[in-house]
Amino acid sequence: MNAIELNNITKTYRTKKNVVTAVDDVSFSVTEGEIFGLIGPDGSGKTSIFRILTTLLLADKGIAAVLGNDVVKDWKAIRDIVGYMPGRFSLYQDLTVEENLEFFATIFNTTIQANYELISDIYVQLEPFKKRRAGKLSGGMKQKLALCCALIHKPKVLFLDEPTTGVDPVSRKEFWEMLKRLKAQGISILVSTPYMDEANLCDRIALIQSGKILEIDTPQKIVNRFDKNLYAVKSKSMFNLLNDLRAYSKTESCFAFGQYHHLVLNEEQPDLNELKTYLQNHSELEINQIKPGIEDRFMRLMKKPIPTLP
Amino acid sequence: MNNEIVIKTDKLTKKFGDFVAVSEVTFEVSKGEIFGFLGANGAGKTTAMKMLIGISKPSSGNAAIAGFDVYKETEKIKRSIGYMSQKFSLYEDLAINENIILFGGIYGLSDSEIEKRRSELIAKLNLQSEADKLVGSLPLGWKQKLAFSIAIFHTPKIVFLDEPTGGVDPITRRQFWDMIYEASHNGITVFVTTHYMDEAEYCDRVSIMVDGVIKALDSPAGLKKQFNANSMDEVFIMLARDAKRGE
Repeated sequence: MNAIELNNITKTYRTKKNVVTAVDDVSFSVTEGEIFGLIGPDGSGKTSIFRILTTLLLADKGIAAVLGNDVVKDWKAIRDIVGYMPGRFSLYQDLTVEENLEFFATIFNTTIQANYELISDIYVQLEPFKKRRAGKLSGGMKQKLALCCALIHKPKVLFLDEPTTGVDPVSRKEFWEMLKRLKAQGISILVSTPYMDEANLCDRIALIQSGKILEIDTPQKIVNRFDKNLYAVKSKSMFNLLNDLRAYSKTESCFAFGQYHHLVLNEEQPDLNELKTYLQNHSELEINQIKPGIEDRFMRLMKKPIPTLP
Repeated sequence: MNNEIVIKTDKLTKKFGDFVAVSEVTFEVSKGEIFGFLGANGAGKTTAMKMLIGISKPSSGNAAIAGFDVYKETEKIKRSIGYMSQKFSLYEDLAINENIILFGGIYGLSDSEIEKRRSELIAKLNLQSEADKLVGSLPLGWKQKLAFSIAIFHTPKIVFLDEPTGGVDPITRRQFWDMIYEASHNGITVFVTTHYMDEAEYCDRVSIMVDGVIKALDSPAGLKKQFNANSMDEVFIMLARDAKRGE
């Protein structure tokens, strides 16, 4: 049995003037014990998918199930077996750390002690602040508390909606290490993030844009499907270089990627010498062929035209 | 980039009672530079930035922003800078044109200057058919591009960006950085705070703050070399993992 299964799920929202399709015919499944990542920007439909799967929102079309329980018919059973950490901090700001945890344990007819084992390595970091109000915690600490509260009833499937947004790199790294330990205990995890670098930490990912799934696979296979040579180019003047590369007749796409610009040419066997001649006015020029990342692949799948400079 | 210094701090410090939020921070930023200001949660970034933009008085030390003193010339500082944050930037229930006119007026541009720059901006962003629509109806990516354009509408010397590109799609994010590069090319200094290390890679230089102190300051390439790391993420984690604060 799959931990999560969606078949042709569609969700639209109506405003006075128009209809927005937030989730557009989405199908995927998450196997038991898997960390599955939903990778996409704000507004791509991630949160709607989470809310449908956690029985908080009804889809317009399609069927979905969590561990074999239908999200419409068996909503009560689902609520007992899932943990949900919404994107927005949703604990009680004016209860203390300890009171929040106690509260969630009580709601699920359990106690902190009964499942302490599952949260112990996260909770030890929170323990020094257990008398502090949740609203007064830092971003990283809030996130740890929210995870503890989502775990306190020992769920079988965990739903984490953008758990690392706004959290610093050290806390983010610790968070992903915690997810691996939870996976090792047999918990299936659906996690969303707008940050492509976190995609590599998932077993499989779905890239999502405007409510549509662009691709589903392991991060490695997704990257391998990048079908062109990719070049990292830099020079002393990165702004002029960007303009020049975009104006080059054989450029298919060129995007700023920090220290380098990532360039795709529209030929099978590009002549780099020709490119170097074209860029001869640039000092400290460097052109290297590189391996693409998830973000490169995502941008190719988005199939937007080359952006014009503002 | 040239050697004109537009931000200069010397042992800038902010205390709240016994708590030293920012401790003797000293650095310089040149005209047209893209400067990344990084730090863990609670490191003191926001406190430092508030002093730089003239809304929080330092406890000790000195700083000059666009040549103006952070103790005595805060009004002049505010006129010389632009500011954009991810959380609040524009009035959602005003139209695009109305937001532009409002901010142009706040920064003291004349009506004719506002009108000239407004029509240029609308044309540049290709928003002709949306210009009278409410900002709230725009997609997030457009809001951010517009917010940045409005932050530099009065051609400030420095623009402060507080976590500017969270949550947008990768292509829109690139378009946003294209605009930052262009601003920098035109001589506007860009001061960016961010949690996201791939964003740090776009900066000419970055500083990393830990527990109120600047622990490292160099170009991204220089920092990676210095810490023998493959990415800015690794550099950051090496520096910040022993942070005492964060709660």
